[in-house]
Amino acid sequence: MANHGNHSSHAESHGSLKSYVIGFILSIVLTVIPLVLVMNPLFSKTATYITIMIMAILQFVVQLFFFMHIREGEKPRWNVQTLILGLFIVLTIIGGSIWIMAFNV
Amino acid sequence: MWESFLEFCSWFFVTGDPLIYGAMVSIALTMVAIVFVLTKYKKWGWLWREWLTTVDHKKIGIMYLIASLLMLFRGGVDAILMRVQLAFPNLEFLHSDHYNAIFTTHGTIMILFMAMPMMFGLFNMVVPLQLGARDVAFPFLNAVSFWLFMFGAMLFNLSFVIGGSPDAGWLSYPPLSQNEFSPGPGQNFWIWGIQISGIGSLATGINFIVTILKMRAPGMKLMKMPMFSWSVFSSCIMIILAFPILTVTIALLYLDRFAGAHFFTMDGGGNPMMYLNLIWMWGHPEVYIVVVPAFGIFSEVVATFAKKKLFGYKSMVAAVMGIAILSFFTWAHHFFTMGTSASVIAFFAITTMLIAIPTGVKVFNWLFTMYRGKISFKQPMMWTIAFIPCFVVGGATGVMLSVAPADYQYHNSYFLIAHFHQVLIGGVVFGYLAGIYYWWPKLFGFKLDEKLGAWGFWLWNIGFYVCFMPQYALGFMGMTRRYYTYGWDYGWESLNLVSTVGAFLMGAGFVFQVWQILYSIKHGERDTTGDPWNGRTLEWSIPSPAPFYNFAVVPQVKETDDFWRVKEEKANGTYKEEPVHLEPIHMPKNSGLPFIMSVFWFIAGFGFVWEWVWMAAIGMIGVFLTMWARSFQYDTDYYVPVDEVRRTEASLGRVY
Repeated sequence: MANHGNHSSHAESHGSLKSYVIGFILSIVLTVIPLVLVMNPLFSKTATYITIMIMAILQFVVQLFFFMHIREGEKPRWNVQTLILGLFIVLTIIGGSIWIMAFNV
Repeated sequence: MWESFLEFCSWFFVTGDPLIYGAMVSIALTMVAIVFVLTKYKKWGWLWREWLTTVDHKKIGIMYLIASLLMLFRGGVDAILMRVQLAFPNLEFLHSDHYNAIFTTHGTIMILFMAMPMMFGLFNMVVPLQLGARDVAFPFLNAVSFWLFMFGAMLFNLSFVIGGSPDAGWLSYPPLSQNEFSPGPGQNFWIWGIQISGIGSLATGINFIVTILKMRAPGMKLMKMPMFSWSVFSSCIMIILAFPILTVTIALLYLDRFAGAHFFTMDGGGNPMMYLNLIWMWGHPEVYIVVVPAFGIFSEVVATFAKKKLFGYKSMVAAVMGIAILSFFTWAHHFFTMGTSASVIAFFAITTMLIAIPTGVKVFNWLFTMYRGKISFKQPMMWTIAFIPCFVVGGATGVMLSVAPADYQYHNSYFLIAHFHQVLIGGVVFGYLAGIYYWWPKLFGFKLDEKLGAWGFWLWNIGFYVCFMPQYALGFMGMTRRYYTYGWDYGWESLNLVSTVGAFLMGAGFVFQVWQILYSIKHGERDTTGDPWNGRTLEWSIPSPAPFYNFAVVPQVKETDDFWRVKEEKANGTYKEEPVHLEPIHMPKNSGLPFIMSVFWFIAGFGFVWEWVWMAAIGMIGVFLTMWARSFQYDTDYYVPVDEVRRTEASLGRVY
C-alpha cells in the first residue's frame, strides 16, 4: 500500500544479486572470524577484544550498505536522522554496559 | 511398545497435579466444541476467508483484541491462584514449584501476551482510521505480525500441559534459568514463545512508523496529527530500538542452554549480571512502549468528553517523544542492588527522577483540558478519571524507588510489586479499557452497555485499591516477592487476606465486562451516525462499523481536530461543500501465507523447545519456502470499482 499510485518508485534500485551475494559472504566471514578467535585463541585477550569490536563495526557497515540500502531512497534526510538516532542508542547500549558492568569484573 | 509409549507420555505431558488435569480436560473439551460448532454450521470456509487470511487492519485488530482478552483471563486466573495461596499462612493450595511456575507465567503473559496484543489491537483498530488511510503501509506484513504473535503465545501457553511451565521468573534470570537449575523444556518454551511473537512485534513497530510517516491524509502535517497517533509513533520508535535487544539477549540465553555457550553462566567467563543489564535495556523501554499509547488514548478521550481542544498539544507531543528517548537511559535502576560504582547509581537515579517530568506535564495537560469543560461521564471518561489519581500515586512511589539508597530497602519487596501493578493496571489496563470502550462502536457498530460497564468499573477500581494498597504496607513489613507461603508469626496474615479479597473483586469486574460484551452484542445501543461520542478526529467521520476500505473519499485535512472543524463549519454555515468524486479504491488482496508461515514457525519453535533438530529444521524450511512463495507473488492487490463503493456507502446510509 505504501507508495500506491506512485509506480515510478518501483523503478528505484533495490540492489543486484551480485551485491546481495557479496554482502552475504562478507557478513558470514565477519561472523566466523570472532568465533574462531574465541574458540582457538591466537592473540592476547586485549587483542581479541579489539578484533571482535572491529569486526562488529565492519559488520554494521556491511549491513547498512548491502542490505539496508543506506545510499538509496527518495529522502536521504530521513536515513541520516534515523541513522544518528540508531547510532546514539547503539553507543548507549555498548558504552552503558561497559560502564555498568566494569565494576564487577 | 505400550510401556515406552506411556513413559514418553508421562515425560511429555505435565502429570501429577489435579488443577492441571482439570485444565487439560477443559482445553480438550473447548477444542472439541469449537471443531463441532464450525463443522455443524459449515463455518470452516468462512473462518478461512474472512479471518485467517485477512489483511484488513480492522479485522486483525479485532483478532488481537480477542486474543488479548483470552490472555487476560489466563493471566488473571494465575493471579487469583497466587492470591488464594497467599490468603492465609501455611496454606497448601499450591506447592512451591507450581507457585513458581504460576508467578512466572502470570508476569510474562500479562506483559507480552496481554498488554502487547491489546496495544497492537488498538493500533490496528484506530491508527489508519485516524490518519485517513485505507490500510496500514504493509498489510501483508501486518497479518504476518499477528499470526507470529498468536502462534508464539500458543507455544508459550502450551507449556503448562506439555513439558512443564517455565518457573524462573517472568524475565528468566540466569543462573536460575540455565540448564543446571532449570532442566527440561520449560525455559525453552519461554524463550521461543517470546522470540516468535517478538519478530511480530518488531514488524508491527516498523509497519506503524511507515504508516504514520507515509500514509497520512493530504494536509495532515505531523503537527496536525491526532495525539493517539503521536503516542503510537513514540511507542513504535521504542519498539524498533528495544526489541532487537530482547531478541539477541534471549537468543544468547538459548545458546547457553542448547549449545553450552558461556554468555551468562557462573563459570567459563560468563556473567549472569550481564543478562540483567541487557534484558532491562529492553525491559525498561518496554513499560513505556505499553504505557505511552495509553497516554494517547487518554488525550483523545479527555478532549472528546470535555468537548474541548486538548490543552497543550505541543507540550504533549514533546512529552511523548521525549519519553521515547529518555526511556533508554534508566534501565540500571532495576538492579541498583547489584552493586556498581556510585557514579552509575547516581546517573540512573537522576534519569529515573527526570523521566517523571514529561508524565507530570501530561497529567496537568489532561487536568487543564477538563477544567471548565462540559464533561460527560461516559465509560471511556470514567476510566480516564480513575486513571489520573491512580497513576499519580503509582508514579510517586516510582520516584521513591528511584532514590537509590532507599531502593536497597524496597528492592524486590511487595512495595515494588504494588508500585508496578499500580502503574501497569492504573495506566496500561485502565487506558486500554478506556480505548476499547471509546472505539468499540467504530469497530462493531454498537455501544457497550453503560450499566454493566459501571459494575465492571467500580469492581475493578475498588478491587484494585483493596488488593494493592495492603501490598505497599506488606513491603514495609518485610514481605518479599515470590514467597509461596509464610508463617503465622510474621504478622502478615490480615493484610494478605485483604489483598486476596481485592483480587477477587477485580476478577468479578472482569466477569461483568465479559457479560457486558455478550449482553451488548444483542442489546447494545446501535450507532447509526458513525459519531456516537461527538468525536473530533477523522475516524468518526465515517460510518460505524467502518467499511473495509475505510474512506470512500480520502479527506482533506486543515486542522488538528479536523472532523470537529467540519462539524463546526457546518453548524455555522461556513462549510464549503466540495464536489465529491468517487474513484476506484486500491486495496490489498487476502493471503493465506502469513498463517501458513506462522504454523511453520510454531513447528520450528516446538522443535527448538524440545531440542529436536529435525523438527526445527522442517519448520525453518517451511518458513523459507513460504517467504520464497511470497517473493514470486505479483498479483497482490486489486481495485474496488466505483459502483461497489457507492453501493456499500448507500447500504451504510451515505449517498454519493
